[in-house]
Amino acid sequence: MLKKALAGVGLVFALSAGPVAAEDVTITVLEVNDINQQYWQQMGDNFAAEHPGVKVDVQYLENEAFKAKLPTLLQSDDRPDIIYSWAGGVMEAQIEAGYIKDISDARADLEKTIYEGPLNAYRVNGKQYGIPVELSLVSFYYNKALVEKAGVDMSSIKTWEEFLAAVKQMKDAGVTPIIMAGGEKWPMHFYYSYLLMRVGGPDVLNNAKAGKDGGFTNEAFVEAGQLLKDLTDLDAYQAGWLSLMFPASTGVFGDGKGALDLMGNWLLGGQAANAADGKGLSMDEIGLASFPTVADGMGDGTQTFGGVQGFLVTADAPPEAVEFIKFMSTPEQQKIAAEAGAYVPAVKGTDQYLSNPLLKQVAQTLAASTWHQNFLDQDLGPSVGRVVNDMSVAVAAGEVTPEEAAQAIQDAWDQR
Amino acid sequence: MAETTVLARAHTTDARGSLITALIFLPPALAVFTVFVILPIGEAAWYGFFNWNGLRVPENFVGFSNFIQLFGNKAFDRAVINNILIIVISLGVQLPLALAMAVLLAERMVGAVAFRMLFFLPYILADVAAGLIWRFMFDGDYGLLSQISQFFGGDPIYLLSDRTWAYSAVLIVIVWKYFGFHMMLYIAGLQSINRDLYEAAAIDGANAWQRFRFITIPGLSPMIRLSVFFSILGSLQFFDMIVALTGGGPLNTTHTMVSFLYYFGITRMRVGFGSAVGVVLFIICIVVAFGYKRIFMKDD
Repeated sequence: MLKKALAGVGLVFALSAGPVAAEDVTITVLEVNDINQQYWQQMGDNFAAEHPGVKVDVQYLENEAFKAKLPTLLQSDDRPDIIYSWAGGVMEAQIEAGYIKDISDARADLEKTIYEGPLNAYRVNGKQYGIPVELSLVSFYYNKALVEKAGVDMSSIKTWEEFLAAVKQMKDAGVTPIIMAGGEKWPMHFYYSYLLMRVGGPDVLNNAKAGKDGGFTNEAFVEAGQLLKDLTDLDAYQAGWLSLMFPASTGVFGDGKGALDLMGNWLLGGQAANAADGKGLSMDEIGLASFPTVADGMGDGTQTFGGVQGFLVTADAPPEAVEFIKFMSTPEQQKIAAEAGAYVPAVKGTDQYLSNPLLKQVAQTLAASTWHQNFLDQDLGPSVGRVVNDMSVAVAAGEVTPEEAAQAIQDAWDQR
Repeated sequence: MAETTVLARAHTTDARGSLITALIFLPPALAVFTVFVILPIGEAAWYGFFNWNGLRVPENFVGFSNFIQLFGNKAFDRAVINNILIIVISLGVQLPLALAMAVLLAERMVGAVAFRMLFFLPYILADVAAGLIWRFMFDGDYGLLSQISQFFGGDPIYLLSDRTWAYSAVLIVIVWKYFGFHMMLYIAGLQSINRDLYEAAAIDGANAWQRFRFITIPGLSPMIRLSVFFSILGSLQFFDMIVALTGGGPLNTTHTMVSFLYYFGITRMRVGFGSAVGVVLFIICIVVAFGYKRIFMKDD
């Protein structure tokens, strides 16, 4: 603690002394995944080797703690130089409040290495504010053995109708079709979001935000809710789905107690760790399938839903922090993460280093994606996003009608 | 004569001394109290009139909009009912149970101390830990409740997924965790009742029920009023266990007012709205606490 305080004092002096004192700078990073420690260590060392006197200090905060603490941290003198971000509405609020540095000058360099789509997720009003680092893809992970037992071929399923038929087939075969962590709500919003994308197409959210065609009460939102309700009506989820929490749900998948899980690629680690035997399913027992399309929908099957997590530089961070961000986004550094199987990097040419075949498939799907939609509970900001989560579960459970759900989202948007 | 002078002098030094003492010792405490208690209360009341995400200073003044939204919110209405249910269950189940156990265990019988310990233990446990343990007990796949049901040939029970009954799980855990504390209050109260009264009543021919009704209950009444007071305040502050046990789910049916404040104000970055909830909660607390003290505890 004292050491950190001293480092902070050192930083203040370094800044006030101007560019002469470029040595002994500590860049503080606040991150949410402490499983990536080795990667950070190695990357920090590499950076220090090129920039003598610059130290990278990485702190970790668990997801929810991070979100709860960050607003206070940003307003304090203890503000980290680089912070984790999911882009979207929360980032926009931080930018609007003036806590985030405009790094548009670095854009030209960043464009060379980072995929353009994800990079644009960190662009607001034509200015660049951060970099995407890890991409995640939400898609159907399935237990090959269980699907086969029910006589279903996941790769042949193209439409929602076919998907519903497959769910019925699994039920008839005595297989639990879908694992749903309804207790945390956001897993259900994956279904609602994908259906919305398939029904409404790429402009659906921008139109809703702009208040066009009825805003969030547009027909596409209502239809997405109805289609989701159709799935629940088949009794597709495991018993007690309304209270199952996410970590336990990955264990259910790992134990082979359900066939499908519409989840992000982080499921692969969780299902092993939380399985009863501590091993879960091996990678060749798991298949990956895209979300089906909807008849007469405006969206197509190559459009993807998932995350574009990355980092932002805060307002008073030293210039070295921007250097570090650029350094992070080089293929040489992201190769470390890819090889460790930590995540799918947003940096071009790194997918060849992914050793996990499923992650490789994720990377290829993302590379072919024409539209990658960020999680709605990030994109729409924390207040509207959580209402989307609430409403996804409420519609699925038959607590509200699809029309009421769409109206509730619109109300939340208006009260934002 | 000399004696009175000395006394008088002692008196003035005393008064001056206590004034100086007050001047030295009061400001720090007062400052701390003002900065950490009075100011935040005032600030929260102020924020309640803004649509504010917690960053920078609030600017978007919305009048009573936050309060209007609050009273139309289904989850908040349910939270208020849930708070009232805690009080009802405390008075209807927990208090009689604690009183009965206290009367039994206040006697010097074999194992009384062990039982007291046993019943008091859950109270020592942190709310979060209790919530997690019971979450596991109520689990439909692996939990004890389901196992028992299946042992008798029934279906597995997914209590925490049931919109109608999930909150009863919370109430069960509340009684389990807190009745031991109230039992201890009553045991302490019982020990301060004069034993001679019982002896005298017995000689006068009073039966066990009459002794309980006319000696124990009146003798315990200050403790009972205190215990009810703790139950009501405990209900108004109830939070941690909800987070660990149900997270407010399923479908926001198991929130209390405080967990509602956290989930709908803080995690959604709606600090203005959350402050409005806080203001309503504060007013309810003040009215209940002072009202109760004034009406039921004025003699204590």
